[in-house]
Amino acid sequence: MTRQIFIRLLRNRISLSCLIILALLYLCAIFAPFLSPYPPSTQNLKKAFHPPTAVVFKDWKLQVKVYENIDPSAAQYQAIEGETIPIKFFTGGKLFGLDTEDDQARIYLLGSDSTGRDVFTRLLHGARVSLTIGLVGISITMTLGFVVGALSGYLGGKFDSVMMRYVDFLLAIPTLYLLLALRAAIAPYFPSDKMFYVIIIALAFITWSSSARVIRGMTLSIRQRQFVLAAENMGQGKFAILFKHILPNVSSYLLVAATLSIPNYILGEAALSFLGLGIQEPEASWGLMLSQAKSMKVFMLNFWWLLTPGFLIFITVIAFNILGDVLRDIVDPKMKTTS
Amino acid sequence: METPLLSVKDLRIQFNSREGVNEAVKGINFDIEAGKTLAVVGESGSGKSVSAMALTRLLPKPPICEINGQVHYDGQDVMAMSSADLRHIRGKEIAYIFQEPSVSLNPVFTIGSQIAEAIKLHMPHIKDVNAHIIDALDKVGIRDAEKRIKDYPHQLSGGMQQRVMIAMALVCEPRILVADEPTTALDVTIQAQIMDLLREVRERTGMAILLITHNFGIVNHFADDVAVMFRGEIVERGPVDQVLSKPEHPYTQALLDCIPRLGEKRERLTTIDHDKLAV
Amino acid sequence: MSNPENILEVKDLKVHYPVKTGILQRVTDSVKAVDGVTFEVPRGKTVGLVGESGSGKTTTGRAIVKLAPITSGTIWYNGEDIGNLGKKPFFPYRKKIQMIFQDPFNSLNPRMRISRIIAEPLDIHFKDMSPSDKMDRVVELLKKVGLDESHVNRYPHEFSGGQRQRIGIARALAVEPEFMVCDEPVSALDVSVQAQIVNLLKDLQDELGLSYLFIAHDLAVIEHISDDVLVMTNGKIVEQASAEDIYENPQHDYTRKLLSAVPKL
Repeated sequence: MTRQIFIRLLRNRISLSCLIILALLYLCAIFAPFLSPYPPSTQNLKKAFHPPTAVVFKDWKLQVKVYENIDPSAAQYQAIEGETIPIKFFTGGKLFGLDTEDDQARIYLLGSDSTGRDVFTRLLHGARVSLTIGLVGISITMTLGFVVGALSGYLGGKFDSVMMRYVDFLLAIPTLYLLLALRAAIAPYFPSDKMFYVIIIALAFITWSSSARVIRGMTLSIRQRQFVLAAENMGQGKFAILFKHILPNVSSYLLVAATLSIPNYILGEAALSFLGLGIQEPEASWGLMLSQAKSMKVFMLNFWWLLTPGFLIFITVIAFNILGDVLRDIVDPKMKTTS
Repeated sequence: METPLLSVKDLRIQFNSREGVNEAVKGINFDIEAGKTLAVVGESGSGKSVSAMALTRLLPKPPICEINGQVHYDGQDVMAMSSADLRHIRGKEIAYIFQEPSVSLNPVFTIGSQIAEAIKLHMPHIKDVNAHIIDALDKVGIRDAEKRIKDYPHQLSGGMQQRVMIAMALVCEPRILVADEPTTALDVTIQAQIMDLLREVRERTGMAILLITHNFGIVNHFADDVAVMFRGEIVERGPVDQVLSKPEHPYTQALLDCIPRLGEKRERLTTIDHDKLAV
Repeated sequence: MSNPENILEVKDLKVHYPVKTGILQRVTDSVKAVDGVTFEVPRGKTVGLVGESGSGKTTTGRAIVKLAPITSGTIWYNGEDIGNLGKKPFFPYRKKIQMIFQDPFNSLNPRMRISRIIAEPLDIHFKDMSPSDKMDRVVELLKKVGLDESHVNRYPHEFSGGQRQRIGIARALAVEPEFMVCDEPVSALDVSVQAQIVNLLKDLQDELGLSYLFIAHDLAVIEHISDDVLVMTNGKIVEQASAEDIYENPQHDYTRKLLSAVPKL
């Protein structure tokens, strides 16, 4: 079944392109230290808000132009005519770097930020946080959602009513307030470089409730089906029924729901980090990088490269959503809106 | 011989899917005359239901499904009809009742409003719609029709729901009623009531009935002619008495043989080897 | 108390479901699904239980295997009172009493292969059996119900209704039961397939000495397969007689009404 779903995903042109985009993004995240020219926190205060360095082809080599700062107050840079530094590949454990002794020289494929850190490098390293937060978070959410939902649906009675009232309670609080409150409650127990875990716990705590409710409903309907009665009749235990008979029959829903809620995690992390409550400097995450773009200076002086994390968030979220939609059409053809 | 009310010639239906082409109906012919009942019997997958749906082109559109052949209703070519003309035929001239009344009725509307919809659609000249509905429910044996029109489908039993379906089908006085397994989901005692009702309606209105069923007992008691379908073909057709007492096709014989009959206890039931018959 | 010739005896069985109303979920009434039912199943015989929908016939069958809560009454199985057993002490009987379900499209887990479906009761009741022995047993069972060895790795959707019902029967037979509750096993099947399944059940009875409680709404099928017939309506058994007598000499009004409603061939 899972294999069939995957084959059909590959056959569909739209989902295939989404899968390719996501695969590329995740590969970039995995190989971030190799692909990026600098460590993520290397600064160069003389080159704050440096624009992307132009790459030219000269003397049979790829070379980058050298820039000089013409107006430090407005961070205005200008390329120096004729002066270039060649790019060296596979150097010092990196994919590429500059072939120069000058340790102030930089290659900024996507410009630099307020402390002269390479945005390209930080995007790759930030992807590690932003992209894994969705996967780790969703596995917590779905496990919790399945266990609570399926137990409620299958056992019924007191457990069910207590759990479902609790879910109602969680769903009744505006998400952002709940997120902020949880963050405030958990954060003191973690050092600032472990904020990653705080965010996952907080987000997982919020998102499991809605999937638990759906799974409870599905369990209620599956448990009426005669194969569950048959299993009860042969003396199968409660947990065996839950995992052998109910889980495989809600798994396709879980898969779709998981794919469609990964964006919530990515956006949730972005929102928290944007507010300064998520990943802390000098770590990198897309939301944190985007928060730099909220300063007035960036807006006024048009440092567009500082918005690239936003663009990546956009691409990732869209890709996951489309993938989820296609998955749902495969798993549940009745939901299909177009032929 | 007068021209039949409905005439089907060389009807072929095929479904196209990713897995391939499935020829559900392979060229069948039958006629229905006014006031007569034709029963189409067969096992599941024999193509009896899709044939009935094809009469008013109720099947999905090409390329999923292709219908070939001729269907003439009252001299008009149904296959060449515009969709506006077709809508006039559906419900008004040829009405359907289906197996599951609980699925065929919309659960969020009262039964009165669902019948009213049919009236407004096909008989806009009727002024007193309510009286007409009450009359229709009365005729299918629903007591206290004035109160019942405000009921929702779930407040009625299965038998009552099927009565409502029949009332809805009959409210526009169709000339042909297509009944697709109308009693399969019902208990035998209710089934007997519904079949009595249909018989009474048939005598009163003189409409023709196309009865799709797998129950030979019902065929025996209710139909004039019977067509036996097997794997998309009509293998035997004729007057009910003749077909049931002297079946000619081996499939009909086998089918009649494998049915357990009340009061004729046998040691073993006969079974059918479908593949052998198909050769 | 009980007759050793009977494998099952049911006395004054009641299954009442409480009707709860209001916010406080107070019990205001009860639905009497089964309301004082008494019958016995002789060893090696088939007892047919016939009734219309809502008569309580399915609930009666389920109460015997503890899939419906018993309000009161006694059930003796081989002379042992099993009606009032708790979950643990009842476990050995889950092996002896098996059930065949009505809907062949619903009674097999669509996500399990045939081999796992049939082996599941073996996993529970024969924990010491080696995997290869289990596989041999599955193949043997498939052959017994007229299916092919090559079917073991397929999924339920690859089979027709009749074949699925055979798989359901193989699963029930896996643990060598003595008694089977057949809950409308042929109602959802075409007549020709129905005949095959009915014949199969009869053959298995002859071969393995099984006893059946056969629940159905089709009088002709019941008459064909049963030795004794119980007619049930509104939670009560209104007539109890041999299959011949029920047809030839019905005593109760309801039985007569039921018989006259069947359109005869």
